[in-house]
Amino acid sequence: MPDAAVFQGLSWNPVEDLRALFVYPFMVDALAAGTIVAVLAGVVGWFMTLRRQTFAGHTLALIAFPGAAAAALAGVPAGVGYFGFCGLGALGLAGIGGTGRRQGAETAAIGTLQAFALGLGFLFVRLYHGLLTDLDSLLFGTFLGITRGQVGVLLAVAAVALALVAVAARPLLFSSLDPAAARAAGVPVRVLNAGFLLVLGLTVAETSQITGALLVFALLVTPAATAHELTSRPWLGICLSVAAALAVTWLGLALAYFSIYPVGFYVTSLSFALYVGVRVAKSLGVRRRAALAVATARS
Amino acid sequence: MLAHEFMRNALVAGSFVGVACGLVGYFVVLRAQVFAGDALGHVAFTGALAAVAAGVDLRVGLFVATIGAALALGALGNRARVDDVVIGSFFAWTLGLGVLFLSIFTTGSSAGDGTAGVHALFGSILGLGTRDVVVAAVLALLACAVLLVIARPLLFASLDPLVAAARGLPVRLLGVVFLAVLGLVAAEASQAVGALLLLGLIAAPAGAAHRLTSSPYRGLALSASLSLVSVWLGLALAYAVPTLPPSTAIVAVAAAIYLAAFVTRRRDAGATLVGRRWARQHEPSSSGA
Repeated sequence: MPDAAVFQGLSWNPVEDLRALFVYPFMVDALAAGTIVAVLAGVVGWFMTLRRQTFAGHTLALIAFPGAAAAALAGVPAGVGYFGFCGLGALGLAGIGGTGRRQGAETAAIGTLQAFALGLGFLFVRLYHGLLTDLDSLLFGTFLGITRGQVGVLLAVAAVALALVAVAARPLLFSSLDPAAARAAGVPVRVLNAGFLLVLGLTVAETSQITGALLVFALLVTPAATAHELTSRPWLGICLSVAAALAVTWLGLALAYFSIYPVGFYVTSLSFALYVGVRVAKSLGVRRRAALAVATARS
Repeated sequence: MLAHEFMRNALVAGSFVGVACGLVGYFVVLRAQVFAGDALGHVAFTGALAAVAAGVDLRVGLFVATIGAALALGALGNRARVDDVVIGSFFAWTLGLGVLFLSIFTTGSSAGDGTAGVHALFGSILGLGTRDVVVAAVLALLACAVLLVIARPLLFASLDPLVAAARGLPVRLLGVVFLAVLGLVAAEASQAVGALLLLGLIAAPAGAAHRLTSSPYRGLALSASLSLVSVWLGLALAYAVPTLPPSTAIVAVAAAIYLAAFVTRRRDAGATLVGRRWARQHEPSSSGA
């Protein structure tokens, strides 16, 4: 934590507060990492919500936890565990699920995989005899321990994942919206599904290093859901999703910096508030927009 | 193994929890509401920590939170089936709240140790006292009784909601009551196997039962007994291997059972057997309607 003699807390001068955010290198690294993660989660989350794979995404997110615990146990860097387990988990999910409508038996398989992975993670933590605070930060994230090297790795992985999404964007969109028609048109739907799950695994592995395994979902699903509420146009939707994720991450990090409560709480609460706000505004705005349309048509 | 009192308590409480999870899980899988069950597990975590942070009995928070959330999910949803995205956004925030309570609790009380959060997440079946066992048994019996009473109409409403509604069944009300029972069982199970692992006990035995039989009542019985076997074998394993946490062992056995069922009956991964049998039997009537 910052030294009390230097650290002034929140003043009423916004410019001064903003400057205070960038005084410490750890905070600059955290903001950089948060930005990378938010952009990636915004894009991939948009596709995830479109494809109705929220449950699979959530399960992958939780698989990050045994990954990190196994890495700690084996004495290798946490990133190796995150990426290894999430990659394996993505392949497993691709093996379980067809691309059709989700039905009972398939969700049971995903749920079983999820619970088993979490049980495994608990076992690893037990074997490691680690401190309980370690468990908390694995599950709920920390932004204090992010190093410059980690930011570099995050950037590289995010670039790869975003490039993959960009290359496959059109067929992915097509096969997400209408799998049957896409298959008929010769799009490799199954391969795309497996590929997308792998990218999702990469994203989750990245994101959970900041938000923790349990809170990844807030960045993946909520900004994307907000964007889907606002527009049905794909590119605009992706931009909105990224913007929402960025805003929530920056504000969450700033708030956590000036208070004693964890960053995960702020990020989840802000994104949920945004989602609820948009939905409420939308239901209120429908009437007004109709009246406005009539007024402009007359003038 | 039976000479220890904590082991006896764990076995008795675990058996009741196991049967309740198996029964409710069968319907959860049939209705494709595993994700809702998952969400309720996370709500259980937040409820428990809120109670601990507020200094009241942990169980009060558990039951109020899960049953309240189940009713809210039922009220929000169309025909008591809620959109995955809504559930996801909602419980991401719930978990965030849970973290807040955890940090309030750990920073607020200097005497408080950090184990409350771990217990809420991963369960503490070996720490149950005799009173906990009685409470667990009563609540599990209550949940089972409600489920068995509504089993027939619920089965109908789950398999074919439109026809059931046309025949005058209160489909929506059934869905809400079912979610409330699910909330009760989730709160119950989170004490035994923990908020994060209860999904294994709800989804795995039921998923296996759905793969093995297409008869609903045989499926219910099979699901309950597989769940019971998971609890017993898991506890025995954890007793034999002290480093193995009991909740991990229970979930691992349940997952192994599911895997065995998956491998022996590897058919179409999507539909449940009951659903397909229903569709086969009612094909002419549904296409004519």
